[in-house]
Amino acid sequence: MTKEMTCIVCPNGCLMRIEQEGDKIEVFDAICKRGIEFAKNELTNPTRSITTTVATKFEDYPLLSVKTSGEIPKDKIFEAMKKINSTIVKKRVKVDDVVIKNLFGTDVVATSDMTLDVKTQRLID
Amino acid sequence: MKQRYRVCVLGGGPAGLAAAVSAANEGAQVLIIEREAKLGGILKQCIHDGFGLIRFGQRLTGPEYAEREIKEMLGSKVDYITSSFVTNVKRISDGGFELEIQSANGMMKVQSDTLVIACGCREKTSRQVFIHGDRPAGIYSAGTAQYFVNIMGYMPTKRCVILGSGDIGMIMARRLTLEGAEVEGVYEIKDTPAGLARNVAQCLDDFDIPLHLSTTVTRVIGDKRVEAIEVAKVDKNFCPIENTKRIIPCDSLILSVGLLPENEIAQKLDIEIDFATKGAYVDQCFMTNVPGVFSCGNALHVNDLADYVSESGELAGKYAANFRPSQRDIVKIEYDSKDFLYVVPQYYDVTQGGELSLYFRSKTDCKDRKVYLDFDDDTVLDKKYKRLLPSEMEAVKVKPKKKVTSATLRMGDFK
Ligand SMILES: Cc1cc2nc3c(=O)[nH]c(=O)nc-3n(C[C@H](O)[C@H](O)[C@H](O)COP(=O)(O)OP(=O)(O)OC[C@H]3O[C@@H](n4cnc5c(N)ncnc54)[C@H](O)[C@@H]3O)c2cc1C
Ligand code: SF4
Repeated sequence: MTKEMTCIVCPNGCLMRIEQEGDKIEVFDAICKRGIEFAKNELTNPTRSITTTVATKFEDYPLLSVKTSGEIPKDKIFEAMKKINSTIVKKRVKVDDVVIKNLFGTDVVATSDMTLDVKTQRLID
Repeated sequence: MKQRYRVCVLGGGPAGLAAAVSAANEGAQVLIIEREAKLGGILKQCIHDGFGLIRFGQRLTGPEYAEREIKEMLGSKVDYITSSFVTNVKRISDGGFELEIQSANGMMKVQSDTLVIACGCREKTSRQVFIHGDRPAGIYSAGTAQYFVNIMGYMPTKRCVILGSGDIGMIMARRLTLEGAEVEGVYEIKDTPAGLARNVAQCLDDFDIPLHLSTTVTRVIGDKRVEAIEVAKVDKNFCPIENTKRIIPCDSLILSVGLLPENEIAQKLDIEIDFATKGAYVDQCFMTNVPGVFSCGNALHVNDLADYVSESGELAGKYAANFRPSQRDIVKIEYDSKDFLYVVPQYYDVTQGGELSLYFRSKTDCKDRKVYLDFDDDTVLDKKYKRLLPSEMEAVKVKPKKKVTSATLRMGDFK
């Protein structure tokens, strides 16, 4: 069977041609190895990372941007979103601090630093 | 605040932050003026990943990318003020500039030897695309929807239609779907998607959101709030085909119809604007036709990667710090507008010399092309491309070995 697939690993977005016969998968037109790996994974066990936001209890910082540190099975995305949206962050976290542990085999981590206190101005003399 | 700076940077997004840091590294006294309360520009609301692959060798989200740049700026000798809007700028008799700034503390003035314009871009609005019908609430630009969802935590729609297949629109299609809204479809008037192929795959296909090419929105229906929109297929001349009209009930229309460089300040200084980029004409030092005024990032041309934005900021800041008024010897970089959408920089200043980093977009989606750069009669660069797309910016670098008197970028076939 022949099919086409767009590699989503980098902005190049190579349009790959895939020949599949039983367990044998051959991938053409990927510029690099990561595309081949992506295609094989996609046909057997597709996974995605999620980037989203989580509510916090802090009035000055009501929404924290987060991501899954690894990838989760593609068909678990909406279940994962449910879990993330029922979470409230109760302490100030930094980039890469874990917000939810072990969500479908990966952690949800912060992508912004709630402790970074950037003043409205800085004038060095 | 100092009365006079060596470099004033307008805008505290990735372009402005990079410009400020590199100018400070050259020993210049630098001030960043940012209109919003927080630094980081538009990246603050771009919570998805895909930033920083070139600059940091890592796939970062927008906030992570912005934070790295902010921390780097905080670690350098840079002054900044936020919640401050540059309202006017004029040239003063000693060759420098005077800026009028509206800030929380009122109106103030500051002088600078040089300026770096890093004001980013703005989204085209419904007024810039031609849609008939009412103007009820519920029509948002994709960036506004992004701000609502990612910064304010407010869902602007339950069921929407997206017009335009730009990257921000597709990214918002996924984002709204993840948060429980229904995206009925993405409609694109052209016959190819405007954004990256990977976004069609990971933002639309992954969630079974249909992409309707050669189709546009012809009417907005609704009194106070959008109740439905009408779409129609278009012919080769982009004219709606009557018997293909269809009404789609929805509460919102989200527009992702393109970005325009922000040039309000540039206009006040009589900076020449390139019709192709809608940004300033610049030389390889990112200097505009007005000596001492530099432009970078999305204010110069709409980049597809923040990494390129930072790179242009870095160069603009360095050149601004080292600027000395001098005679310019400008060579225009020629190109055929049948092959290229645009080329930046548009000029090479021979007196400045040095490396030339060229960014370009092809006019059409084409395969197996070769791009050549000629200096006078010498071809100094030829590069093969398996595929060139208008939606994907390409970059090449060359360092002239001899004095340049003419420069041409051209395209040909290979194979
Ligand atoms: C809605 C939207 C979504 C985007 N999403 C992506 C994406 O997913 N990936 C990507 O790579 N790129 C994206 N872009 C492009 C993005 O703009 C660039 O990647 C990058 O952020 C541009 O950096 P910049 O510094 O040139 O502009 P910006 O980040 O826009 O920063 C410009 C800054 O200048 C300030 N400013 C403007 N005028 C004045 C003034 N007169 N006085 C003082 N300050 C002023 C603004 O407040 C802003 O903070 C997006 C753009 C938009 C508009
Ligand atoms: S195959 Fe390699 S170069 Fe092509 S999109 Fe995938 S990761 Fe990028």
